[in-house]
Amino acid sequence: MSLRSELGRVRGLGSAREGAGHWWTQRMTAVALVPLVIWLVVQLAVHAGADHAAVVAWLRDPLTAIPMVLLIAATFWHGGLGLQVVIEDYVHTRWLRVASIALTKFAAASLAVIGAFSVLKIAFSG
Amino acid sequence: MAEFTLPANSRIGKGKDYPAPAGAKRVKTFRIYRWDPDSGENPRVDSFGIDLDDCGPMVLDALIKIKNEIDSTLTFRRSCREGVCGSCAMNVGGTNTLSCIKAIDDFKGDIGIYPLPHMDVVKDLVPDLKRAYAQYASVEPWLKTETPPPPDRERLQSPEERARLDGLWECVLCFCCTTACPSYWWNPERYLGPATLLQAHRWISDSRDEHTGERLDELEDPFRLYRCHTIMNCTNTCPKNLNPAKAIGEIKGLIAQRR
Repeated sequence: MSLRSELGRVRGLGSAREGAGHWWTQRMTAVALVPLVIWLVVQLAVHAGADHAAVVAWLRDPLTAIPMVLLIAATFWHGGLGLQVVIEDYVHTRWLRVASIALTKFAAASLAVIGAFSVLKIAFSG
Repeated sequence: MAEFTLPANSRIGKGKDYPAPAGAKRVKTFRIYRWDPDSGENPRVDSFGIDLDDCGPMVLDALIKIKNEIDSTLTFRRSCREGVCGSCAMNVGGTNTLSCIKAIDDFKGDIGIYPLPHMDVVKDLVPDLKRAYAQYASVEPWLKTETPPPPDRERLQSPEERARLDGLWECVLCFCCTTACPSYWWNPERYLGPATLLQAHRWISDSRDEHTGERLDELEDPFRLYRCHTIMNCTNTCPKNLNPAKAIGEIKGLIAQRR
């Protein structure tokens, strides 16, 4: 039981004085993803049915590898921010919230590095 | 976790039926949420048949008729009966609105009436709004200045500056919007909700106020402000046809602008 006043509870620990950065980055990564995803869909359509060698040659082209790395970075950056918001919305147990957000961020960073490394490995091999 | 089901003692049972008087030609059935904290029973939904030829045109008229003539224990808030006081906010036919300015004829079939969603219930249609009021108080909804007022007159505003308050000052603080917002349902302890944020914007937009930056400082918080995901339930439900979602978007815009 708490006899704290309602206003005291609402004011709580005060304003975090942040959130604008998260909000803005989520929007900027979304804007970046529009052309990148259109580019990827077009490229995949063009290469539908192509054999392994053709796709490797395509990925080796700097004009493919660079947007591909950008796409991977923007996707996991945007996805990590978005999942954080979803977790903050729905998970109210404090330790579980912190742990889920940390896990999500680690997973997003790992997947981004794995993706980028894979592209670069092909791009720089042979 | 967020709660998606009602706790066992909140499950709603079948209530009493009060049929319309014999000979009534235009009958409308009102299915009304009832809960009495003193009874120890679960909430129930009572059905009241009302002869529309012997009742005023608004939903509140039907509620008053029921209280006067059928069941005097029916409990709800009301005062001005013309959409100015904000007391009779409730969920009518699935949408939060002021029952005094909602016409019965707007609904086909039975009309379900429930208290504002996801708030503690005091009794029947009366929700507990003390947290919402405290949130409103927390944005310090009054003029804050350093410059003393002119000795011989009030603080002046140009017509353009005054026009910026249109769409904001009309809010009657009924909290229809706040209690329609899923973000508020999940995080009412920390998210301020659309009504309070619209009011915060009313003071941020006031050309006479000199604490705009401090107001934005207090709002810039992942939960207080940024829990708004532009779901737009607030704007859809506002009985005064205001646009809290736009006001919140403008606060976010101002915070982005000063970065």
